[in-house]
Amino acid sequence: MAAVTELTLSALSLELEAGRVSSVEATRGCLDRIAALDGQVKAFLAVDPAQALASAAASDARRAQGKRLGPLDGVPLGLKDLFCTTDFPTTAGSKILEGYRAPFDATVVARLRAAGAVFLGKQNLDQFGMGSSTEHSGAFPSHNPYALDRTPGGSSGGSAAALAARFCFGALGTDTGGSIRQPAALTNTVGLKPTYGRLSRSGVVAYASSLDCPGPMARTARDVAMLYQATAGADPDDSTSLRQALPPLTLDAGVKGLRIGLPAEYFGGGIEPEVEALVRACAQALERQGASLVPVSLPHTRFALPTYYLLACAEASSNLARYDGVRYGPRAAGATSLKDLYEKTRSAFFGDEVKRRLLLGTFALSAGYYDAYYRKAQRARTVIARDFTQAFGQVDLLLGPTSPAPAWRLGEKLEDPLRMYQMDALTLPASLAGLPAASVPAGFTAQGLPVGAQLIGPAFEEARVLQAAVALETAHPWHQKAPVL
Amino acid sequence: MPRADFQPVIGLEVHAQLLTRTKLFSRASTSFGAEPNANTLPLCLALPGSLPVLNAAVVELAIRTGLALDCTVNEVSEWSRKHYFYADLPKGFQITQYEHPICEHGGLDVALPGGDKRIRISRIHIEEDAGKSVHDGAAGASLIDLNRAGTPLLEIVSEPDLRSAEEAAEYLRTLRGVLLALGVNDGNLEEGSFRCDANVSVMRHGATAYGTRVELKNLNSFRFVQAAIEVEIDRHVELIESGGAVEQETRLYDPDRNETKAMRSKEDAHDYRYFPEPDLPPLVVSAEAIAAARAALPELPRAKQRRYVSALGLSEADARFLTQEPGSSAFFEAVLQHYRGEAKKAANWMTGELARLRNASGEGRVTPGALAELLTAVDQGRISSNAAKEVLGVVHQSGEAPSAVIAARGLEQVSDTGAIEKVVDEVLAKNAADVAAYRGGNQKLLGHFMGQVMKAMKGKGNPQLASELLKKKLGG
Amino acid sequence: MTLTEAQVRHVAKLARLTLTDAEVAKAQGDLARVLEAVQALDGLDLSAVPPTVQVHPQVVAPEADAPEAPLGVERALANAPAKVGTSFSVPRVIG
Repeated sequence: MAAVTELTLSALSLELEAGRVSSVEATRGCLDRIAALDGQVKAFLAVDPAQALASAAASDARRAQGKRLGPLDGVPLGLKDLFCTTDFPTTAGSKILEGYRAPFDATVVARLRAAGAVFLGKQNLDQFGMGSSTEHSGAFPSHNPYALDRTPGGSSGGSAAALAARFCFGALGTDTGGSIRQPAALTNTVGLKPTYGRLSRSGVVAYASSLDCPGPMARTARDVAMLYQATAGADPDDSTSLRQALPPLTLDAGVKGLRIGLPAEYFGGGIEPEVEALVRACAQALERQGASLVPVSLPHTRFALPTYYLLACAEASSNLARYDGVRYGPRAAGATSLKDLYEKTRSAFFGDEVKRRLLLGTFALSAGYYDAYYRKAQRARTVIARDFTQAFGQVDLLLGPTSPAPAWRLGEKLEDPLRMYQMDALTLPASLAGLPAASVPAGFTAQGLPVGAQLIGPAFEEARVLQAAVALETAHPWHQKAPVL
Repeated sequence: MPRADFQPVIGLEVHAQLLTRTKLFSRASTSFGAEPNANTLPLCLALPGSLPVLNAAVVELAIRTGLALDCTVNEVSEWSRKHYFYADLPKGFQITQYEHPICEHGGLDVALPGGDKRIRISRIHIEEDAGKSVHDGAAGASLIDLNRAGTPLLEIVSEPDLRSAEEAAEYLRTLRGVLLALGVNDGNLEEGSFRCDANVSVMRHGATAYGTRVELKNLNSFRFVQAAIEVEIDRHVELIESGGAVEQETRLYDPDRNETKAMRSKEDAHDYRYFPEPDLPPLVVSAEAIAAARAALPELPRAKQRRYVSALGLSEADARFLTQEPGSSAFFEAVLQHYRGEAKKAANWMTGELARLRNASGEGRVTPGALAELLTAVDQGRISSNAAKEVLGVVHQSGEAPSAVIAARGLEQVSDTGAIEKVVDEVLAKNAADVAAYRGGNQKLLGHFMGQVMKAMKGKGNPQLASELLKKKLGG
Repeated sequence: MTLTEAQVRHVAKLARLTLTDAEVAKAQGDLARVLEAVQALDGLDLSAVPPTVQVHPQVVAPEADAPEAPLGVERALANAPAKVGTSFSVPRVIG
């Protein structure tokens, strides 16, 4: 039998259920791989082998007594370090939260914990989720297991890299403008950004409150669906969490009869030809399974980038005001006044990209500019969302590339923030519209770099997105192609 | 007389802490212990990942207040973030209501010497309080206690309809009375649960545009509100008269020196960067909730005053006194449940002797039933007014029943005409010379006879009966 | 649109960040590029379009007014970089 770490999450769950593999074996398999290979990948910020093995042993004990908590009991997972955890530090990937210990678990973490999941550790990210490459991590950049000199994407790049490297079976990431989907696309993994509000944000370090979406990441759509089911649903601790009941999943319903829209704006200009070709092949695969392909238009797509950066940065400038060196986090030395304390601490410990976004966001909200920037962006958000409403009048799902290009070399776009931002051009619209969207493997470029296809559904229709994702991975099981490390 | 040339224009912003058990957006208790930061939850500390969740009781109290102040209660209102950096503002912003407050366009009738005046209320909004900074707790450091952070406040903003410091103070007293009657606030200025900022400007009589206004802070007693506004008006008038101009700024009142001083420089002028709070959905209040709150409104102080005057015959002053605190009017009305005499008499005792006792030594143990019993005893002539005062003093301290005190102290007066007549006859017989002098025109001697009678009866004779009998006998 | 050096410094001050001269220059350039991209929005007629504040608006009933056990001083102050007693401590604020 192949190494346990090669199993998908769903397969491992069945093996655990059947008693053919123990949680301790699976956990040890992950920990051994991390110990051997994370020096190259740099996916984790913190790993706690003793604790992980202890919870694995507890899971095995439950199963031995016939008290398995469910399909995730004993499954080793990773968490993007934006989720508050009582048993690991929570740093948001930033020096400004170095050493921070949260007194409570994020709601979604608590749900996984209650389901018996084993947490291996906390995974790398662009600090506070601000970035598309993990190069804006306060610790170090992560590397793409399929090409170690390249980025695994971001901001949930540590989680994506860990999944591709077979360090864990699933992970929780967050997606504000593409931070789950884009790294999934760049690492041959699957990531779901649920409908805004579907997964609680309580206990998730905030970047941009009206856009932040926690979501599951794994190697297959079925795996992602399992994590989704265990974490989604109303939370009284998050006033924006959706109160409606969770519709049942329909993973095996296929795509026969589904109308799949191909937005003109997601193909052609600005998209690398190889990426476009692989995604068109996905469309054809769905067509072969009985879906119909419909050309559609999302005419305001190009406005998503400026709209997103204004709104996300404005909210970030507010959400990050609390990092002041007073109640937690390190404090810069030598401050002589309160103002001095704030300025020294924030300047010393926030990364450059964070500062850049705080400046933009503060400016967009400042007196005299609010209407011209922030308010205007809120209106633009409306027209971007209306594009989708109109499209979904004609089709059931949308399909396009997740990222306009495969993984780029670390350092390549670091000096030009706008070029980096453009890598999110195709994930931003669904974020602004609050829609569920997944990235699924679409194959590899000639250079061997993974490419992802993005499926976007109407609000609250995660089930439909996942159902098409399952159909796609059944037709093209790209996830089976592991990186060589 | 330059001051007389100017018309002061004043608007007040009142911050009233709401009497809820938990904070505006978290389940942290609002009853703080002595130990700093002992009563906090993640949101109070602005821990990463903490989110606001609205407290239903706050909404209920805000609606109640809005209705009592004749406001329109908006079915949809909105939360906003107001940004500034300060150590006791843990999130770096305050959640408040900015563009769309919960209540708008109300008014409050204030009784002034010239009659009632309606002071318009432009808006009432809900917001969270900051924590507390202590600047003298440690050398070189300020200490931050976040127990209070997130406590719900109502900000009640009047239009600039007030025209003098006295009017401002009276508006404030009236508003406080309303909030107390509604049970939404404890009305404590000194402890800061009822806080007031004043916007003050002056304009020449006949002018149409308001002058530049100054915001006054730190007005933590009715006396300070009035004094601060007075000195600020003087300052404006002097400035303008000497050719200067008032600067728009925030000033702090210093009660020790009775002056105001600028609080922060222009350079630090705030840019609050308000924007709609993305962590909270709009606040939606149903028409049913508004109707239910309206139906449950208690009788408000001004209405009570009018009723006390017109239906019970109280003086305007007594009526106001008795309606300042809901406890007073409730006490008064409870006395009337047991007392069949004149309401006015009960009011006199409450505003007189009982108020005196309470001022001197606290709330005391007099119950409405006890006061009613005592008043009835006086009416029935069983004790004298003076004895009743003595009894009330004892009851105030001990809580004993007045009848027990009367009996124990032997204060019951003799109202038996036969018994008194006998003593009167004895006294007159023993003082034949004085009787002759009295009848000869020395009317002053009546007091002397009364003294003798009361002395003989050890003070227990009903003085009214004794006096009547004496006059009758001496006249005969 | 380009921000002047003074504007960048003003915005930095509002954000409680201190920037070196080199950082100000860099920020000017970065912001100019982003704001140039933002100018694309000028091409949209949004006058009749309502702003989106919440992407999926819903009415949420407020929670009951029932206290929860507090963190307690130990946990509340566990991450404090400086404290005196059970208070957070900051450089003295004058006035």
